[in-house]
Amino acid sequence: MSSYFKNTWEGLYTVFVGMKITWKHLFTPSVTIQYPNVKVPLPERVRNRLYVNMDDCIGCDQCARACPVSCIEIETVKSLPTENLGTTSNGKKKALWVTKFDIDIAKCCYCQLCVFPCPTECIYMTDVYEFSEFRRSDLVYKFATLTEAEAEEKKLNFENLQKEKELQKAAQAAAQNNAQQPN
Amino acid sequence: MLELFTELTGDALLGMIINSLIPLVFVIPLALFFVWLERKVSAHMQDRLGPMITGSHGWLQTFADVLKLLQKEDIIPADADRKLFTIAPILVFAGSYAAFAAIPFSSAYIGSEIDMGIFYVVAVSGLVVAGILMAGWSSNNKYSLLGAMRSVAQIISYEIPTVLVILSIVVLAGTLNLLKISEMQTAYFWNWFIFGGPEPGLIKFLLIPFMFAGFLILYISSLAEVNRTPFDIPEAESELVAGYHTEYSGMKFAMFFLSEYANMFVVSAIVSAVFFGGYQSPFGYLGNSLGISWLVPIEQFFWFTAKGIFFVFVQMWLRWTLPRLRVDQLMAVCWKYLIPYSFVNLIIIAFLELYR
Repeated sequence: MSSYFKNTWEGLYTVFVGMKITWKHLFTPSVTIQYPNVKVPLPERVRNRLYVNMDDCIGCDQCARACPVSCIEIETVKSLPTENLGTTSNGKKKALWVTKFDIDIAKCCYCQLCVFPCPTECIYMTDVYEFSEFRRSDLVYKFATLTEAEAEEKKLNFENLQKEKELQKAAQAAAQNNAQQPN
Repeated sequence: MLELFTELTGDALLGMIINSLIPLVFVIPLALFFVWLERKVSAHMQDRLGPMITGSHGWLQTFADVLKLLQKEDIIPADADRKLFTIAPILVFAGSYAAFAAIPFSSAYIGSEIDMGIFYVVAVSGLVVAGILMAGWSSNNKYSLLGAMRSVAQIISYEIPTVLVILSIVVLAGTLNLLKISEMQTAYFWNWFIFGGPEPGLIKFLLIPFMFAGFLILYISSLAEVNRTPFDIPEAESELVAGYHTEYSGMKFAMFFLSEYANMFVVSAIVSAVFFGGYQSPFGYLGNSLGISWLVPIEQFFWFTAKGIFFVFVQMWLRWTLPRLRVDQLMAVCWKYLIPYSFVNLIIIAFLELYR
């Protein structure tokens, strides 16, 4: 019989203990961070979306070769000797037109291996992490600064140069042949 | 109030319809408010924020939810018993809404001033049981049926301690009319039945501990009657999906939800009417001291709503404090503890009343 009353008392008492705890929690400030409006500051070395500063890119293709998932595609065209492409911020002379610099961020595994080999430190990871898209093709970022027409033009320029060189070579060879074969 | 509406409209039937629709105008916004409050209370007790986007602190969230539910497709399972399936939510809501007829909102408004008031409320909330069993059976889903059967077993068992405690108050008050019970506990809070009732004397003080015990028993068993945690095994979402309303969608689901929250308020209103003076203010009325007689019913309505909301808040508080009981524990609490205690309580109160 005494255990019966003890049970009753314990049942009631423990309920009140629990209620006291939840009452306290009712007034403790919440830990929620209201995400789209409030964002947690990210740590300094976070690895998120890649960015390429094309002003500094020399088109050396080292990042593309370092990428373990091959998400970077680079195409370059040699510049004409007459053209001046300027220098990068750490003083390297640019010699190539970068006609294509695509990063398929959907494939990217955020390993940061492309960042280290870059001689001009122009490819790096930013703290942007909200870049969802409805189509996968929208996740292919094109960093090349040249328009397609310009890229086409550069290619043509280069091809013309090659042809000219070949013609010159051919002409030289012909001239030599002529010289070597005395009548 | 009925006479007033009949006079205003000049038609007895129209007056009756208006009179019967007044609680609906009160209940639907209140249920929406309770759904919002439940979410906020649960969130803050878990150190979260709850809905924050729709309106300031998310107060429009439930309106948005109801709009969504209105647009939802009304799905009836292929193997369901269509007739019962459609009637069940209406019956459940009708049961909980009918209880509002006998609840005094203030001295000026009571749906129907019947002398059997509290008996009627207890009886009519039994209709909810039928509706729940109907919903569970007609869904043709084992979880629904299990939930419904648990619910019925629980509600019927817990009706006994509820009625016994109410009976002890009826012994003290000498009437079943809720308006008269509320009217007795007028003036100041020490006239409430929880503090031994309006009649002064030694017996009043002797009654107080038994009144507190009675209040606890009534509150616990009324929690079980509205299927709230810790007695929410009919809807145990971790075991039974959602219990008897698993198969319901759209507005039918909303009806169940609405009646659940309406029921919570009914139960709180009964607790406050029986023990805490119903619509009576704990300390006089501003209207009386200022001499503005029409202010008094408004103040009474305010106190009624405030007490109701307070007890609903305590229900929510308990919900987010306690874990769910097992079925055998549930039955043990009722049959082994609450019923014997309420019986002894009733007998003691009856004796005290006899020797007053």
